[in-house]
Amino acid sequence: MQIGDSRAGYGLVTRLTHWTMALAIPALFALGLWMVTLNYYSPYYRIAPDIHRSVGMLLLFLLVLRFAWRLANPKPDDAELSAFESVAARAVHWGFYPLLFAVMVSGYLISSADGRPVEVFNWFGVPALLHWKGLEEPAGKVHEILAWATMILVVLHAAASLKHHFIDHSSILKRMWSGPPSTS
Amino acid sequence: MKPPLSRPLLVAALALAVGAAAPAAAVDYVIDTAKSHASINFRIKHLGFSWLTGRFNEFSGTFAFDEAHPEASKVKVEVDTESIDSNHAERDKHLRSKDFLDTATYPKATFESTGVKVSGDKATVTGNLTLHGVTKPIEIVAEHVGGGADPWGGFRQGFTGTMRIPLKDYGIKFDLGPASQEVELTLNIEGVKQ
Repeated sequence: MQIGDSRAGYGLVTRLTHWTMALAIPALFALGLWMVTLNYYSPYYRIAPDIHRSVGMLLLFLLVLRFAWRLANPKPDDAELSAFESVAARAVHWGFYPLLFAVMVSGYLISSADGRPVEVFNWFGVPALLHWKGLEEPAGKVHEILAWATMILVVLHAAASLKHHFIDHSSILKRMWSGPPSTS
Repeated sequence: MKPPLSRPLLVAALALAVGAAAPAAAVDYVIDTAKSHASINFRIKHLGFSWLTGRFNEFSGTFAFDEAHPEASKVKVEVDTESIDSNHAERDKHLRSKDFLDTATYPKATFESTGVKVSGDKATVTGNLTLHGVTKPIEIVAEHVGGGADPWGGFRQGFTGTMRIPLKDYGIKFDLGPASQEVELTLNIEGVKQ
């Protein structure tokens, strides 16, 4: 099993982080939209934001790792893409990193604006870097807007991959799922 | 025929006569938010188990007060609702949202007195409270804490007053439970004579 990426395809680390995020990011978005509608006596009033914060912080660490991994590994070959597709794919892929980073950091800044650590399940707390009265308001607006922007990018990205898979019959989606063909 | 009194002299004489007849006029004070000798604090029951307290950090106001005629007093306060501070960023954000104060739509809350009734060392100040876009009459039970010359050449008067605000009356419908239908607001205001 190939761990790192190569010109031939994606290794295990990239594929695992990709699909973890593919699952967790839309789920967190939905959870975020839902949790703010809960009434005070809902059994989920406390646990839903707890999970949203915890998973969000874990995703932030995963994102940083994934970015470092991306930089350290070769990018699989995209020669089959047209010039336009190639530029669009690169824009979406590189757009994800700063956008996701900003979404997660802004979320962290809401919860830590008063100096409280952000608890990740009951495992550990991420200490507040800023103790900035009122920061929760602008951070909250940024978090909401960028979360929507992320979902737009997710839809574009998913639609493009499905187009390559079903219309172009290319292996672009498959290689993110199953990795490069075995060389042994 | 004597020449008539010169105009300035006439005005001065009139002013003297009126001044002697009228009771000492109420004096205007500005609430000392500049040096923060004033606060607006609130408390509300949490689940009926404890008091949750918080404050509004930014507000301004004036009052008129005459110690000999306290029933002629007037007070006006304007609060920046966005300055709510319950010592918890996530909760403050929620309190500013549409579930509660909706500070984006209603950035100000105001109270303006319409009358004062004095009984013993307490007074009931009636007035209109505008909160969350709703204006309704409300009462403040107030007390004169003290007043006099300050050490720096000024003159001050201070009061404390409490009002009970039924949240639903002001269109704030997020249900915090049966023990938490009302919020108690305490105003501590010290005014500097103008």
